[in-house]
Amino acid sequence: MTNSFPSPFEIEGPEGVEGWEELYPYSSSFSDYRKDYEDNRFWFWDSMHWGKALTPWDATFMEAALASLSQMNSRHYRIPPADGVDFRILYGYAFLSPVGVDPSQIEARIPQFMERAGHYFGNWDSLYESWLGKVKGTIADIESIDFSPLPEMEDLEVITGGTALGSGTKLMSEYNRFKDLIMQAWQYHFEFLNLGYAAYLDFFGFCKEAFPSIPDLGIAKMVAGVEVDLFRPNEELKGLAQKAVDLGIARSFDDPDNVSLEGDAGAQWQAAWDEAKDPWFNFTSGNGFYHFDKIWVENPDIPYTFIKDYIARIEVGEDISRPIEAIREERDRVVSEYRELLGSDEDRETFDGKLGLARVVFPYVENHNFYIEHWTMSVVWRKLKELGATLEEDGLLSAADDLLFIRRDEVNEVLWDYYANWAVNSPTASAAHWAPIIERRRAIHAKLDAWKAPKALGAPPEVITEPFTIMLWGITSESVNNWLGSDEGAENELTGMAASPGTVEGIARIIHNPEEVNDLQQDEILVATITAPSWAPVFPKVQACVTDIGGMMSHAAIVCREYGVPAVTGTGFGTDKIKTGDRIRVDGSSGKVTIL
Amino acid sequence: MCESCPIVDWEKELPTIRSFFARKVDATMTEHIIWFDRYEHDHKPFVGGKNSSLGEMTMAELPVPPGFAITTVAYEQLWSDKTLVHDVNELLRSIDHDDYVANREISNQIRSKIEAVPLPDDVTADIRHAYFELCDHCGVEDLPVAVRSSATAEDLPDASFAGQQDTYLWIQGADSVIEHVRRCWSSIFTDRAIAYRHAMGYLHQTIAVSVGVQKMIDPISSGVAFTLNPSNGDRSQVAIDASWGLGEAVVSGQVTPDNFLVDKVLREVIKREISDKGVEYCLTESGSVEKLEIVGERRTAPAVSDDDLVAIAILARRAEKHYGCPQDVEWALDKHLPAGENVVMLQSRPETVWSQKTKTSVATGGYDPMKSIVTTLVSPLHKKPSS
Repeated sequence: MTNSFPSPFEIEGPEGVEGWEELYPYSSSFSDYRKDYEDNRFWFWDSMHWGKALTPWDATFMEAALASLSQMNSRHYRIPPADGVDFRILYGYAFLSPVGVDPSQIEARIPQFMERAGHYFGNWDSLYESWLGKVKGTIADIESIDFSPLPEMEDLEVITGGTALGSGTKLMSEYNRFKDLIMQAWQYHFEFLNLGYAAYLDFFGFCKEAFPSIPDLGIAKMVAGVEVDLFRPNEELKGLAQKAVDLGIARSFDDPDNVSLEGDAGAQWQAAWDEAKDPWFNFTSGNGFYHFDKIWVENPDIPYTFIKDYIARIEVGEDISRPIEAIREERDRVVSEYRELLGSDEDRETFDGKLGLARVVFPYVENHNFYIEHWTMSVVWRKLKELGATLEEDGLLSAADDLLFIRRDEVNEVLWDYYANWAVNSPTASAAHWAPIIERRRAIHAKLDAWKAPKALGAPPEVITEPFTIMLWGITSESVNNWLGSDEGAENELTGMAASPGTVEGIARIIHNPEEVNDLQQDEILVATITAPSWAPVFPKVQACVTDIGGMMSHAAIVCREYGVPAVTGTGFGTDKIKTGDRIRVDGSSGKVTIL
Repeated sequence: MCESCPIVDWEKELPTIRSFFARKVDATMTEHIIWFDRYEHDHKPFVGGKNSSLGEMTMAELPVPPGFAITTVAYEQLWSDKTLVHDVNELLRSIDHDDYVANREISNQIRSKIEAVPLPDDVTADIRHAYFELCDHCGVEDLPVAVRSSATAEDLPDASFAGQQDTYLWIQGADSVIEHVRRCWSSIFTDRAIAYRHAMGYLHQTIAVSVGVQKMIDPISSGVAFTLNPSNGDRSQVAIDASWGLGEAVVSGQVTPDNFLVDKVLREVIKREISDKGVEYCLTESGSVEKLEIVGERRTAPAVSDDDLVAIAILARRAEKHYGCPQDVEWALDKHLPAGENVVMLQSRPETVWSQKTKTSVATGGYDPMKSIVTTLVSPLHKKPSS
């Protein structure tokens, strides 16, 4: 067994990608300036969120997310042992490194943390209520951004109103506002998340001490909400499927690429769709971080396919509704049984207190994903496409999606070119200037995308202490050791997190990207790098689920528990070792996957 | 010659002995038969440890095979025969405790006398009647039953050893039941039990024998269940051992049982270690136990299905809840009961290893949410010892 991962400075990327660094801000690159710092750290590839090579714009959201996460830990709440999670891009892939606090400083941060976090825990419900308002306001603000082409002449009101300010400078400030709103949304994303995880971890730690062998999912079951916004899109689909059956237009969905809704029944169904789609179908087929993620409202064939599947199940007499009462009863049963098994009344009191707080914070932990990753990001990507289309239309770019290959701060220069020459009424330089650069960047990106990044870099830490790294990414001292020893592991065996219990054997299907989800056949085992919430409708079809990355709170874990499907998450190498068609055994209770 | 051994004059001593057993219960027991499903705590001194446990389990609605206890009151009737008392006393007096071979012969003579003595009519009538009622209840004529002794000895630490736990399987018909009840009664005079009581200085009369008569079960597989994880004391798990057939193969060390851990709250099998099980002990129609080689896939197949493991765990938890402390449970999967209802419990005793460790609370001091979160953050989970 080796005892260190390769240094980030020794990694040889794919051939022919010289100059790849220009796709990203220099601050996100490994460099000689910070070599000592960077070389002595442990970096893991966050393939859970960024499994594909990043375009410059995809990188924007990785950077926004990590900076916002870090800011809340380090500057807002003063999490005693944890500063930020540092981030770098190496050959297009995001590598993260949790940053601990110097042990001598921890003590001083405790009163600061207690005051700050205490305020949030003490006023959680009202702050969460206001959070919902802020996020919806931010989404409305992004929606309101005007990226339409510059006019031939200004409206008369600009003259009569004596405003003097023109559309060109307005476009530039709209773009800056767009960037600011993205940062705003990502700060909101982490406003509660880190604290929510902390409260959850506190309950988690107590349970692990009281019941040394308690499965993570036993703890999650006690805390999980019964009615969760993240499940809403899927529930809306079921309702629409039922409505189609009730209205007698089920056959209209036989070909999801060609759904025509006619007559009064069609109109009624359409009205129900319209009501559901905003906001619930601002739902992406991926994780919201990539430009290619498909959003349901813009690609109705995706929800139509799921509706078609649900219709088929309704028609064979299956009850597809979510048994809310049964789920609630099961949760209450689990809680009361663990509670009963505790050793003392004092323990029961502490258990009640910690569980209570975990349940207060948990709706946020479960729901923020819909509001930010899905809803906000759907609107962000739509706006970015609008801007690209405008720039293409007015000849600044040869293609709308060239915009993805221009770094966010370089876009300001394009907009200046657009504005200045609109003002002068003269030819712009952008298309010609960017054509060779974009061609080169596209070629580099394609090569980076075909490359497989290493799991981890640098010196493995003696012990992982950053709580969110453990909780969200499922990266623990044990999993790091597993990665180190993986070359010597049994060829046909993988270990990961026991995320949802039960053991099954079946045929594997590897899903590399969301478009392949529909290839899944009844009773196959889904094997993916990571799954997205919008895949929920396929979970009733699968027998089990295996993912490369993901902790106890990962989407796959949550949904599999919901559907009672065995799951092993965070196997590291599932999509490498398993091939579509392999017969595999998934033991979601012990976290073992065996290729048979 | 052993002057300390005689069993004394039973007729004269009976009231004393009666009060000896009943000291704490202040009950006047006259019943020869106590059904398990009508068991009460006051019955314990008259039905012995084994039967009272079965009675209590039945009353806790645990799936114990149906049956009844023949009380020590019936046993005492045995000693209303003056000749028997006299003969047994003589034989006991003749014992030389160093002569094992001779003692076995004396033991045999005592047992023969006990088994041959005529019983009062009301005793045999009551046993017959109860047996027929059990046959009726199970809807089977000549129902095969297990007949077991259940010794009782107030204030003795180990009545089961001071007496002798005899078990007779696959007994059919009222006559045969009565014959085996007598054998159970006489079993307190095996040479081993006599020698043990002598060595410990216990009087023979402090032992009384109740007998249990219980519907026979014919196990597909059987084993034990501990209502906690024996490796770390985690009470949310049940450790289950299982092997094919009767428990003898495991008890005698010829087979390593399959070992499972089941989460009793989530009701899921967490861990399974399947061993190679080479032999099993099965019942024959004649009631004898037969050792069979296991061949083929069954050797390495789990001796219990996941569904049955969960059913066992749920029952074990029910026993634990009833008794208010971790339990060590004997279970079996019956061949003749319908699937889903075929897990039966044979015994439940307090678990002793972890239960004797001093219990410590996980919580220390009152609950303060912020302090608690800080502690969690500052000393991450994985640094804490896991057991």
